[in-house]
Amino acid sequence: MADVSSEQENRVADSFEEILTMLPFIKEASQALREILLANLVMIGEIPSPTFEEDRRVEFIQNRFVEAGLHNASADEMGNALGILPGTTGEQNILVVARVDTVHPLSLDHTITLRPQSATGPGVGDNALGVAVVVTLPILLELLDLELQSNLVLMGASRSLGRGDLEGLRFFLSNTEIPISVGIGVEGFPLGQLSHDSIGMYRGEIVCTVPEEYDWTRFGATGAIVTINEVINQIQEIRLPRRPRSTIVLGSIMGGQAYNTIATNAVLRFEIRTESEQIGEEIFHQMEAIISDVSSQTGADISLDVFARRRPGGIHYRHPLARATRRIMSALDIQPRKSPSTSELSAFIGYDIPAITIGITYGERQNTPEEEIIIEPIFTGLAQLTGVLLAIDRGFCSEN
Amino acid sequence: MKIESWLKSNTFHHSAFWDLNALVEEKQKQDLKISLCIPTLNEEKTIGKEIVIFKSELMQRYPLLDEIAVIDSDSSDQTREVASAFGAQVFLSKDILKKYGEKRGKGENLWKAIYQLEGDILVYIDADIKNIHPRFVYGLVAPLIYRPEIHYVKAFYDRPLASSQGSRPSGGGRVTEILIRPLFSLFFPELTALIQPLSGEYAVRRQVLDKIPFPIGYGVETSHLIDVYHRWGLQAIAQTDLDRRVHRNQHTRDLGKMAFGILQTFLKRVEALGILSNLPELSTTLRQFQVNNNLFEEIPLKIIEEERPPMIEIPEYRKKFAHA
Ligand SMILES: Nc1nc2c(ncn2[C@@H]2O[C@H](COP(=O)(O)OP(=O)(O)OP(=O)(O)O)[C@@H](O)[C@H]2O)c(=O)[nH]1
Ligand SMILES: [Mg+2]
Repeated sequence: MADVSSEQENRVADSFEEILTMLPFIKEASQALREILLANLVMIGEIPSPTFEEDRRVEFIQNRFVEAGLHNASADEMGNALGILPGTTGEQNILVVARVDTVHPLSLDHTITLRPQSATGPGVGDNALGVAVVVTLPILLELLDLELQSNLVLMGASRSLGRGDLEGLRFFLSNTEIPISVGIGVEGFPLGQLSHDSIGMYRGEIVCTVPEEYDWTRFGATGAIVTINEVINQIQEIRLPRRPRSTIVLGSIMGGQAYNTIATNAVLRFEIRTESEQIGEEIFHQMEAIISDVSSQTGADISLDVFARRRPGGIHYRHPLARATRRIMSALDIQPRKSPSTSELSAFIGYDIPAITIGITYGERQNTPEEEIIIEPIFTGLAQLTGVLLAIDRGFCSEN
Repeated sequence: MKIESWLKSNTFHHSAFWDLNALVEEKQKQDLKISLCIPTLNEEKTIGKEIVIFKSELMQRYPLLDEIAVIDSDSSDQTREVASAFGAQVFLSKDILKKYGEKRGKGENLWKAIYQLEGDILVYIDADIKNIHPRFVYGLVAPLIYRPEIHYVKAFYDRPLASSQGSRPSGGGRVTEILIRPLFSLFFPELTALIQPLSGEYAVRRQVLDKIPFPIGYGVETSHLIDVYHRWGLQAIAQTDLDRRVHRNQHTRDLGKMAFGILQTFLKRVEALGILSNLPELSTTLRQFQVNNNLFEEIPLKIIEEERPPMIEIPEYRKKFAHA
């Protein structure tokens, strides 16, 4: 990565300071949106939205986009809600995206309880808050009397989690005619999270089924569990390099029916994580080889299904976007936090778009029905997001 | 038939009123003031949400409401703190019209609201609604704004099941179906057209509200319907389908208490209107039973449905609203 010249750095710092001095004011002013934001939070959060069944939540967001007067407010065929807030010059297009799907089933009671300091309920932080912030953003900018030069593309992304595998965002990025300059993923929590690079990942499952007409006298007649055990043993033999860092996580296993019947099926779920795309491919091919090996030895039917694949990549720690975001965080006294990110980032990486994901407030019990977020830091989170938008808009976040 | 045409002309679905810009415009043209009253007793879990949603959607985004007030029956939880933290006006019921003493019950709070709040239209919404949404207010207020001859709009909740049949049973709760509907069928057949006569959500014009008496407890809704019907006729009443309401579920024992209170009120009203006469002195004790180690035990419970007079009879009220 090219080093920024010191002369440039100074010029940048000078006017970037202005943004930093605006932050406390933005935080204070955004308090006026407390009710509007919380109302959006509650109304969005109370519409169940499991992956692949996001349509009702998307419809709500779309209505909000229409009410805010966004251009092209619509839902695309992948079920993403989209709208554009045009900038004065439109030189850059900034995509601000929050995923709309959750891990909670339709049948779960999605009631949110609101107290003066906190909000509680399934998905309230992940990611009803992120969506509420995206939906409230046009009102915030209007309130602050901030006109961006860049076009702001706002998006509620469908099919992000699990088997959805960011399908919504990927679809948009691969089909849109708008050249996206920068991406910002908004997550409800934690505030202080800053993801800008991502390790590569393959996520999938190995399914072993023993045919009904199985010849029980053959080797391996102990059934699907023992067969999958053999697969596991061989996977563990795969040599992983120290650098670039790579691991294979065996995350879950299921199989069999009872104490005394030979198992006819078994499922192993795994994830390969690696900093190198090439090593990821190699590991994957080795797993394929193991499977065809064990399969031919035992006669069992073994399949390898990868349903999520992420390229490693992202922007460097010293990229101006990452640096600007860190400076904004520190100006707002936000403590940086490490958190495992299931973020939108990897979709941006796939299209070589510089991007970050950030959080809005603090919370706990993520992905449980008692998920909880704290209200007060939300306004810091809003100031952070606005600051980052301004920094991008005024050109402080691009490498050249 | 009367009921049939009433169902056609005076039964609405909230979706007919989605255009809040148009609604607010019409409200402003008529120079109407609208007040929301939420009666509370230990509702800290739901009250915050109700206030935030109504304030955001119906005051800040669309100025349909002019005030939001919580009238509280001395809650022992954080109800009042939560409500004021989110910017509602909060009153203790017993502090309003102090001179007239303090009685316990939801109806008491609704009555005091007529004095305390300023609106030409008052909307009452229970505080125990889990799936609160702006439609609960605009769906009830809109018929009053668009139709001057309507004075009293009542909520009902009817979410179609995913069924292919053309007809399905519609109904209120258990107390409605086994007590109110049979009683109305006997004495006021036209009132049976109200799908949920007991729902706690309704919007009313002040000039009607201040002329009817208020039972302080469970009978208040039944009593209202009888009085409004008797004085202004069925055409003054309307109902709006608000789809679905999620709230806590009552035990049969509690439904018994409710039914007992309502029945007292009902009998009082039919007597006052001269429909029944020579009623004996009625007991105010509800007798319920429980079994303990094979022994039956009586649990007597005193439920007195007192009544507040029409607000217009209160001199302080006439003074405060002298212009009206
Ligand atoms: N029961 C009761 N409710 C009160 C009182 N004062 C205010 N309320 C409020 O009146 C509303 C209705 O009370 P509920 O107890 O729900 O009575 P209901 O709606 O007839 O019965 P449910 O079927 O339980 O909803 C709620 O918002 C209560 O918080 C009171 O003294 N007693
Ligand atoms: Mg109730």
